[in-house]
Amino acid sequence: MLNRTAENVARATPEPLARKVRGISDKGLAWLFISPTILLLLAINIFPLFWAIYLSFTNYRANRPNEVVKNLGFANYQRILGDKDIWLAMQTTAHFVFWTILLQTLIGFTLAWLIDRKFRGHAFWTTLILVPMMLSPAVVGNFWRFLYEPQIGLFAYAISFVTRIPPTDIQMLSNVSLAPWSIIIVDTWMWTPYVMLICLAGLRSIPEYIYEAAEVDRASNWRQFWSITLPMALPFIMLAVLFRGIENFKMFDMVNLLTGGGPGSTTEVASITLKRQAFESWRTGYSSAFAIILFVAVFGLANIYVKALNKVKQR
Amino acid sequence: MSLTTAHSVVAPSVNSKRIAGAIIIAYALISIVPLLWIFATSFKTPPDSIAYPPKILFQPSLEGYCNLFTTRTRQTPEYINSLGPATGFCDETTRKRNMVIAGPSNFLPRFVNSLIIAFGSTFCAVFLGTLSAYGFSRFKVPLADDLLFFILSTRFMPPIAVAIPIYLMYRELGLSDTALGMILLYTAVNVSLAVWLLKGFIDEIPREYEEAAMIDGYTRLQAFWRTVLPQATTGIAATAIFCLIFAWNEYAFAALLTSGTAQTAPPFIPTIIGEGGQDWPAVAAGTTIFLVPILVFTILLRKQLLRGITFGAVRK
Repeated sequence: MLNRTAENVARATPEPLARKVRGISDKGLAWLFISPTILLLLAINIFPLFWAIYLSFTNYRANRPNEVVKNLGFANYQRILGDKDIWLAMQTTAHFVFWTILLQTLIGFTLAWLIDRKFRGHAFWTTLILVPMMLSPAVVGNFWRFLYEPQIGLFAYAISFVTRIPPTDIQMLSNVSLAPWSIIIVDTWMWTPYVMLICLAGLRSIPEYIYEAAEVDRASNWRQFWSITLPMALPFIMLAVLFRGIENFKMFDMVNLLTGGGPGSTTEVASITLKRQAFESWRTGYSSAFAIILFVAVFGLANIYVKALNKVKQR
Repeated sequence: MSLTTAHSVVAPSVNSKRIAGAIIIAYALISIVPLLWIFATSFKTPPDSIAYPPKILFQPSLEGYCNLFTTRTRQTPEYINSLGPATGFCDETTRKRNMVIAGPSNFLPRFVNSLIIAFGSTFCAVFLGTLSAYGFSRFKVPLADDLLFFILSTRFMPPIAVAIPIYLMYRELGLSDTALGMILLYTAVNVSLAVWLLKGFIDEIPREYEEAAMIDGYTRLQAFWRTVLPQATTGIAATAIFCLIFAWNEYAFAALLTSGTAQTAPPFIPTIIGEGGQDWPAVAAGTTIFLVPILVFTILLRKQLLRGITFGAVRK
């Protein structure tokens, strides 16, 4: 009974008044709902970012908090852009990003294309393939150190079993030319399923009737693949490359645990350099400047890439 | 009608299916070997774990798990003989190696830290994320796209770059190496994922439900509570699991910002050492215990996986 009356009253009340009667306005509620998130991000992300920008113009060192902080202007930035080690780290990073993305895209797309044949039991095997990407890169990466051990490790043993190279010669982590590949292999093992899953969504989004029309036109399988499958799955492949690109640009966990940037500095990616400068040499101002440069680089590259992606999508 | 016959032409032939199946199964089996090896190593004795050639068949032992949870000291055989009878399995295996258990290891407290920080930050991220996602989904928010992009852009920063100012800030605020500090940080990282995913899920719930509820006399808040939330349960659960997995797996922040009391399992597990280097069975045991929850979650999540890993960009 009471409910009914309330309902009738509510219905009879004009809209704006009704909202007032019901409490907070929609606009107020929207801000009430959104502002906590924004405040948290301002406190934990934006405020520190501005702090880092300020520090990047100084000679501040976190291990000597009482020293007088000097304003250096753009000196840190100038030194970074002229620092050979930094450029070397950027090259190493680019090298990793290039090879991991190339391998993951090729293998991932091939796997997705095969799974799309929908053989019996494909759902089960797909789930199994997806497992590595959900695991902690640090914890699993750490265990790969054991697999890579020259004599007792399973990886070295398997390789020597196939190639007949003595297992003591397979020094994946301490050989200068093999160390980068040791990381590329683990990263590819872990993240190929990621690319595969996105490519699979792309392949499944292609409507069947397009293939049927091509079949009617007697287009060869080869032709169908290049003119239908690949172009239509391309936005998805590009999306996967974008996500992997950003993630691998930030790559830290695996490198830190597998090689720590070594031997020498052969696997020293940007994040490792940053960690060494900031938390081992305690050059806080200098490393903040490097962090800002990295941020601008990722942000800029990602923006350019997203524009390209949107163009492909519109085609 | 000719189309229906063409359909069967398009379907992959039996042979191509078989070959595809064989390749996929081979890949799946090879890619799972490292994980099986972790599991197997956790049940090996230390000598078995470093045998050459690597042992595939071995006598299973719980020594790795014993070593994971305890710290041990080497003693003379005379001293060990002077002790009373061994209490329990771990005591006995330790004594066989001429050692005695000195006390519990740090694994359990680190594991508990992981649980507290992962669940705490997931709760906060999903709570904040649900509110904002509803806000963005249902109301005209000025600059909504810019705000959403701003929320996402916090993910472009390499964690080490974020960690530098956070380290200084936490030092000032006394949040260094505290669970609260880590919960706040992980919430901030995860809330971007939560907002983007949940906005997608809430967008899919027809507005008509709330409008009907409001016509029935509910306020906006009641309509949100009584009609939107129950319908978004699947989405909220999936989002929560994604946040949980991120916080559970996170290493970079934990390694740089925690050192003792609030350290989580990922930076701790690589530091488990025995005599003469890494104690691989104990590391494998820790890794196994650490990975099992994620395996369960992955299986639960498999239908939502695609959405989660692409921030809701790809739905299906």
